[in-house]
Amino acid sequence: MKPPAISPAFHDVSRQSQAVFRAIMQAMAQPGRTGLLDTGFETPAPLAPGAAAILLTLADFETPLWLDATLSASPATTDYLRFHTGASLVSDPQSAAFALIADAERAPPLTAFSQGTPDYPDRSTTLVFQVGSLDGQDWRLAGPGIKGETVFGVSPLPAGFMQQLQENNACAPLGVDVLFASQTRIAAIPRSTRIMEAR
Amino acid sequence: MYVAVKGGEAAIEAAHKLLAKERRGDASVLELTTDQIREQLSLAVNRVMSEGSLYDPDLAALAIKQARGDLIEAIFLARAYRTTLPRFGYSEPANTSAMAIRRRISATYKDLPGGQVLGPTFDYTHRLLDPSLAGEGNFPAVEKTETGDAEVSPHVAALLNNEGLIEENLPQNPDADVSDLTRGALEFPADRDLRLQALARGDEGFLLALGYSTQLGFGRTHPFAGEIRMGEVEVSFVPEELGFEVPLGEVTLTECEMVTQFAGSADAAPQFTRGYGLVFGHSERKAMAMALVDRSLRTAEFGEDVVAPAQDAEFVLSHADNIQATGFVEHLKLPHYVDFQAELVLLRQLRAEWEAERGKTDGASPKEAAE
Amino acid sequence: MSSAPVYNFAYLDEQTKRMIRRAILKAIAVPGYQVPFASREMPMPYGWGTGGVQLTASILGAGDVLKVIDQGADDTTNAVSIRKFFEKTAGVETTSLTGDATIIQTRHRIPEEPLTADQILVYQVPIPEPLRFLEPRETETRQMHALQDYGLMHVKLYEDISRHGHIATTYAYPVKVEARYVMDPSPIPKFDNPKMDMCSALQLFGAGREQRIYALPPYTQVTSLDFEDHPFERTKFEKPCGLCGATGVYLDEIVTDDQGGRLFVCSDTDYCEGRRGHETDGGVL
Repeated sequence: MKPPAISPAFHDVSRQSQAVFRAIMQAMAQPGRTGLLDTGFETPAPLAPGAAAILLTLADFETPLWLDATLSASPATTDYLRFHTGASLVSDPQSAAFALIADAERAPPLTAFSQGTPDYPDRSTTLVFQVGSLDGQDWRLAGPGIKGETVFGVSPLPAGFMQQLQENNACAPLGVDVLFASQTRIAAIPRSTRIMEAR
Repeated sequence: MYVAVKGGEAAIEAAHKLLAKERRGDASVLELTTDQIREQLSLAVNRVMSEGSLYDPDLAALAIKQARGDLIEAIFLARAYRTTLPRFGYSEPANTSAMAIRRRISATYKDLPGGQVLGPTFDYTHRLLDPSLAGEGNFPAVEKTETGDAEVSPHVAALLNNEGLIEENLPQNPDADVSDLTRGALEFPADRDLRLQALARGDEGFLLALGYSTQLGFGRTHPFAGEIRMGEVEVSFVPEELGFEVPLGEVTLTECEMVTQFAGSADAAPQFTRGYGLVFGHSERKAMAMALVDRSLRTAEFGEDVVAPAQDAEFVLSHADNIQATGFVEHLKLPHYVDFQAELVLLRQLRAEWEAERGKTDGASPKEAAE
Repeated sequence: MSSAPVYNFAYLDEQTKRMIRRAILKAIAVPGYQVPFASREMPMPYGWGTGGVQLTASILGAGDVLKVIDQGADDTTNAVSIRKFFEKTAGVETTSLTGDATIIQTRHRIPEEPLTADQILVYQVPIPEPLRFLEPRETETRQMHALQDYGLMHVKLYEDISRHGHIATTYAYPVKVEARYVMDPSPIPKFDNPKMDMCSALQLFGAGREQRIYALPPYTQVTSLDFEDHPFERTKFEKPCGLCGATGVYLDEIVTDDQGGRLFVCSDTDYCEGRRGHETDGGVL
């Protein structure tokens, strides 16, 4: 049987990955603020273009990648990511540099992933959540990158996710950083961000 | 009237022109070709290849010409080019036992399988300037000697190993990927593979001085030159898609194994230990110095105390790279007006305070530091 | 002989950019922490801005406008050289106007004009470890940061006070970031330190030879180390700029003759020219 063709990704790698990186960097530098992703390409379901753009930009043979059950059950997705990034897919979340989660509501706890070490807090997993909306107003965020406070919310997410983010922040400088990608937009909550219930 | 300094761009361009003119020297003298450099300054080419970590005699010769013979500058050119090359993967380990030997000596055995091969060496030349070389040099015809291309030349260390007199030379972590400091930041503690890579790229002069220091008592290891061999070795590579070894070509390598003493411990019987050096080209001084320093850096491994600079991996590895060293030393040429101004302001303030303080005490006994 | 080399946009290959970009993201997520990265050999010497150049090359896009300064000036030789490098390898627009730049690469100064949220300031860093002069070993200083053990630094600063009556550090004056990491601000004069605190722009720091990247996101708390009874003091100049008359700015001292003649002028040349209406190219007094 002939394997199905893998759909193309960036047509101009240098330019597009730079644009996507700037969106990721701005998102990380200004937690809770959304930015646009360059997603002029198709991805095999259930992989969404927004999340794919992030991995195409950041992942390669040096970064083990963990996929949730939904994504790893899709050979089209795993072939696509393997082919375009060269990243090795790992089943142990602790050994992942990046983790991609399509079924946000059933995401494993943040503590399942590598938290870094006191000597090297940078050696932690960066999580990418594929989500529907970045326009919620459930949380107030504060900390580096935020002037005063900002209001932010994501859906869908697992129950008690705010508490997980709070605990993640309490462990900083250890902990994970979380990127949220909708179809075409991105926002981030790094470990340095303090999260409170919106008033 | 003061005119703010401008014209950095014009100055740089003019400097480049002057440099090109100086490089050429007197135009009535024939220009050097890179072929001439490659063939007649081959030891300089070898050094540039080994410390530049790029086995390409033609590019090394070009770099030497462009650098006006400044070898560190030439090494820099080679490195800056090398870093832009795509990485296909790592070669299979080179088998130096299968070297086509051009030189091979041992200071530990008078004769041994494969024999001693003196080869092209300065060792027993009398260092008398040879006026005949000032003109067209004559060179003697070389007859091919009997000694065997076919003969096997086992490593001296392997001979000792048969008796268990020398440590086995096993990799620290056989399953781990080999470290590569061109692809990852240098980290401590550094395993031996990483240390050897850093030493192979390290500055010959720096390693020579460190190796020398171990001979004079700063971390003495009682070394014997077990073996030095130089010749051609095949390099092969396993492409992922083929799954079998493909030969890429031959490189000239110089390898040195130092045999040193180890008194033993509660867990280990007394035996000889090894220091290892391997460099591109014919670079014997470098290979020997590297082997001495390699053994010194294994101090902790043998439960010995780190008491000398050559035993201190952090000190040695942080300072061995001549491209890093020359960059940072020479960066002092860059303007530092701003920091210097900050120091001037402080110094004037401190002096004013000191004068005021002295005035108060009316020149009596020198005042202690201000409160 | 190998064929003439062809270089990628902004010189670095895509794999190298990805590696640096990942380090930048970690640096932003842990403000003030020095992230190790596999610094590449660049076609300029270590110690001459290779860290800053690698950062700029990794973030730069075709739409960016780049400004490069050294000691506050756009026309110092190394600034010229780095600017030319990016003009050549990335073809980006360059400027000397602080307000027009989207990326500013700097050595030893922060511009006088306040930066905006749309700008990124990239610092060239020679020695990123603020504790290095007190403890030469990386293994030790890494532990100190992990344990937040900064006693050694406080002892050093206090020794200054007991000897000189005040802290005798005038540049590369250490700061504490978000009450966690002690950070080297690079050898900017301490005059510039307060500009880092709650700055609107993203600040990235690159040390090429030392293989470290660190960052300050916008609106990050940056405090210069001091003591209650000896608070941090900004360097003050007694006279205004001899060219534009600005006060409260950092000045260069120009030796005008061998009779002790001195002229104090703005170190930030764009700021000075802006105040003088950019009317002259040379700045004549």
